[in-house]
Amino acid sequence: MPAIGKIVRVTGPLVVAEGMQGSQMFEMVEVGEERLIGEINKISGDKAFIQVYESTTGLKPGEPVYGTGAPLSIELGPGLLKSILDGIGRPLSAIREVLKSPFVKRGVKIPTLDRAKKWFFEKREDLSTGDKVLPGEIIGYVEETPLIKHAIMVPPDTSGVLEWIASEGEYTVEETIAVIREYGDRKRELKLMHKWPVRRPRPVVEKYEPALPLITGMRVLDTFFPMAKGGTGAIPGPFGSGKTVTLHSLAKWSDAKVVIYIGCGERGNEMTEALLKYPKYKDPWTGRPLMERTVLIANTSNMPVAAREASIYTGVTIAEYYRDMGYDVLLVADSTSRWAEALREIGGRLEEMPAEEGYPSYLASRLAEFYSRAGRARIIGRPERIGSVTIVGAVSPPGGDFTEPVTSNTKRFIRTFWALDARLAYSRHYPAINWILSYSAYVDLISSWWAENIDARWKEYRDEAFSILLREEELREIVRLVGTEGLSERDKLVLEVARLIREGFLQQNAYDPIDAFASPKKQWEQLRTIVEFYRAALRAVDEGVPVKLIREEMAILLRDLVVTTRYRIPNERSEEISKLREKLLYTLETITEKYRTKVRRT
Amino acid sequence: MSMERIVREYTSIREVRGPLVIVEGIGDAAYDEIVEIELASGEKRRGRVLETTRGYAVVQVFEGTSGISPTTAKARFTARTLEVKVSSEMLGRVFNGLGEPIDGGPPLISGVWRDINGDPLNPAARDFPTDFIQTGVSGIDGMNPLVRGQKLPIFSGSGLPHNMLAAQIARQATVRGEEEEFAVVFAAIGVMYDEAMFFRKFFEETGAIKRAAMFVTLAEEPPMIRLMTPRVALTLAEHLAFDLGMHVLVILTDMTNYGEALREISAAREEIPGRQGYPGYMYSDLASIYERAGRILGGKGSITQMPILTMPNDDITHPIPDLTGYITEGQIVLSRELWNRGIYPPINILMSLSRLRGEAYERTREDHANVSDQLYAAYSRAVELRSLAAIVGEESLSDIDRRYLRFGEAFEQRFLRQGFYENRSIEETLVLGWEVLSILPETELYRIKDEYIRKYHPAYKKAAELEARKIKE
Repeated sequence: MPAIGKIVRVTGPLVVAEGMQGSQMFEMVEVGEERLIGEINKISGDKAFIQVYESTTGLKPGEPVYGTGAPLSIELGPGLLKSILDGIGRPLSAIREVLKSPFVKRGVKIPTLDRAKKWFFEKREDLSTGDKVLPGEIIGYVEETPLIKHAIMVPPDTSGVLEWIASEGEYTVEETIAVIREYGDRKRELKLMHKWPVRRPRPVVEKYEPALPLITGMRVLDTFFPMAKGGTGAIPGPFGSGKTVTLHSLAKWSDAKVVIYIGCGERGNEMTEALLKYPKYKDPWTGRPLMERTVLIANTSNMPVAAREASIYTGVTIAEYYRDMGYDVLLVADSTSRWAEALREIGGRLEEMPAEEGYPSYLASRLAEFYSRAGRARIIGRPERIGSVTIVGAVSPPGGDFTEPVTSNTKRFIRTFWALDARLAYSRHYPAINWILSYSAYVDLISSWWAENIDARWKEYRDEAFSILLREEELREIVRLVGTEGLSERDKLVLEVARLIREGFLQQNAYDPIDAFASPKKQWEQLRTIVEFYRAALRAVDEGVPVKLIREEMAILLRDLVVTTRYRIPNERSEEISKLREKLLYTLETITEKYRTKVRRT
Repeated sequence: MSMERIVREYTSIREVRGPLVIVEGIGDAAYDEIVEIELASGEKRRGRVLETTRGYAVVQVFEGTSGISPTTAKARFTARTLEVKVSSEMLGRVFNGLGEPIDGGPPLISGVWRDINGDPLNPAARDFPTDFIQTGVSGIDGMNPLVRGQKLPIFSGSGLPHNMLAAQIARQATVRGEEEEFAVVFAAIGVMYDEAMFFRKFFEETGAIKRAAMFVTLAEEPPMIRLMTPRVALTLAEHLAFDLGMHVLVILTDMTNYGEALREISAAREEIPGRQGYPGYMYSDLASIYERAGRILGGKGSITQMPILTMPNDDITHPIPDLTGYITEGQIVLSRELWNRGIYPPINILMSLSRLRGEAYERTREDHANVSDQLYAAYSRAVELRSLAAIVGEESLSDIDRRYLRFGEAFEQRFLRQGFYENRSIEETLVLGWEVLSILPETELYRIKDEYIRKYHPAYKKAAELEARKIKE
């Protein structure tokens, strides 16, 4: 029997209630006469300490608190895609319709999934009554959107013998579509949806090494600091460094099948932008509207802070659910710093002993738990399938200081680090990813994919281009002391080519229809052109051709190399880049030849 | 609010500490409830409930606790939260931080009572801001255009002309093709008297006062009032924009004073401090102000916010500008160096940003985005080379690098610099942009598409004009 207690204290989002015997840690409760949603996060005697997910204004001692007997859970089933949910899974569009107000009022209770909508259910063909079904077993399908076939699975916490299964037809999420006899002869009705506690990871059979790249279409990421399917990454940066634009690009263009985008304590307009524009943008891989593969979770900065803490778990649970269907899922959390701040605020109200900068001492373990829910895994139940959850978390370090607790603790649990740099953003170098501070531990793992699918020389060329950038960084120090004229010709060439890499490869315009997304093939052609130009120019320089001559004679062609390849040649015609490459190399040859003749004559 | 409106009165004040009064014996104070404290002299002060338990309530007194005696003061629990009466009648008037008239005019007749904290806007009910606002300032329109419904702060330093710039924007801002002028809601938060005077005089002289409501809290007023001033102002702004369909420009100055007040109160409450003594919830608190901007689906009105803050010691990493920058949609940063060189408006272009510029570009001219990007890239290079030239001398730079230096100078003197009364159209701004870009060789214009170069570059334009003249002759 769930407890019914009484409020004895209210301070901000924290409420203390007594008479709560029998309640459990992380149990969901309903607080006050308006039945605001809360969660127990400390129990002492018969007192429960509750973090309330809605505004507590007007709440008084003496009001009732109702236990629910269940932990904070989310409804999983068809209808999640294309929706926008708040931190605890309430559908924001439905809230707007019900309240007939542009504001979110507290106390609204609307289930995550639409109860009236009917879905066309088809049972799995090779399944018949009397079969044994395992936890996670797929028993049928629903076409959730034209992009995503939604697998209806036996919940991971049950299994048994299939006694009955519904025939093809239209069902709501609450109608029974199958009955199984669990061990001990208990019958359990299965529906299109089931609930799962958000703080508990959904089980898998085993996790694999993340060896496949998550293609994002962003050159600096795919070629220099790649992400793997099932991998983890963080993208820290001071404000104005383009974090949000980069994350949106990831959500828009990456080759994940399903994208969960969590706006955790961020701007309301950013979620609105996604909500209004994603239905219009086309998925570059399928040509369908992006919204058909997207779930948005919005707990913006002005919404109650406690729900911000929950939004991360709500999001990752939905991600795991789609992974269990065998999809590659990308989870973007913007921003984990706001989530950590919510932890800090709640910890402070609970009068916990603070650690670094006031953050609770369990910050690192919470971060570890979160990122550990990523991975590429073999899924439980039949048919056999592999799915993945890739987690990318934004970090907003105060003052851009990467040594602060959230950034430094996050670095321990992620494998790809995309460091954003305000100085690059100031000169409109976007994406403003600093190539000196960033890293990816997946380069070696995924290089075989590039070798097999694109070109065997990928790793070699990538490393060469990268070393040019590193050399440029060293040279910049020298230039600061002696100016450019004091450099050797070889070094001057490095500066020229590094500029080409920066302007023509690293930079990418997220708003340009052609430049925004570069396919792996196009990236390779662009990379190859720059590296082969460098090699040829190096030979010319070694023969004595001055860099200044190359730069002046080839100014128009080099500008073409940047502008034309980025803005004029779409992915499907990327072989055209090779024509430009031939022209470049030929012109270089002519310049060298002319120079040779001139030298011979004198 | 489901609170039953029963007023309860207590004389059992147990403790007075800093801005807090602890009232004993009450078991049903509501969180955030407004309390009236009556002193022996008959003076009344207001406060709100910060913590409520069965047995006592902690009340924070807005006007400070000096003179309050536990033995003689009475605490009256009003069964209301902090509400303010708002109406369109407030335009043309001046109020204190709690929304009470201080201009000697009559009290408000009509109006609706609203909780000053508002409710969070549902992201699914927002409409994305898209209408380009022409401010007439090249450094903003050309480089970082803003749109109606955006929140764009001015990051300044003490002694810099942020008030002038804000006033110039308030006077000149228009959405082209629309006649309607912005209604201005102005909140002065803990400012000095002369600053408040500057705006009042400015609004009166330009006639803008008729469409402006001013909320003024001076520096000497208690910190709690400072925390309420922007909320009261925004409650009016929301009423004008979302109930009455008006386009509202909200100017909040100075948010640094707001942040200081927040820290002062947090310290008095003995909370665990975050960075530099500011409370850990300062981000959420600032967001509860800045997020009250935007447009709503199906609604006509909008709130455009322009908070002004002076960065302590010109430090942009200070917690107040830092957290602000994470919430607002960009920032306009003012530069002491430019100001000292006599350049108005001294906008530090490289550090300024409008996150919604992409929306604006779509509604101005096709080449705007490219021109702005190219100006950025070139100016950034020029600034870098300028510091290099200071060390190694201009003569060790290449010809091209020297052209960049000339470009940088022209950009600041011709493009950026303009008069306080100079109102440039976006076309005039773009012409100036091309003019300064033409100092660079055409092959350096990596960020501009060829067709725009041929269409707008002065060299081609001149050639085309010559051609046209020849044909005429």
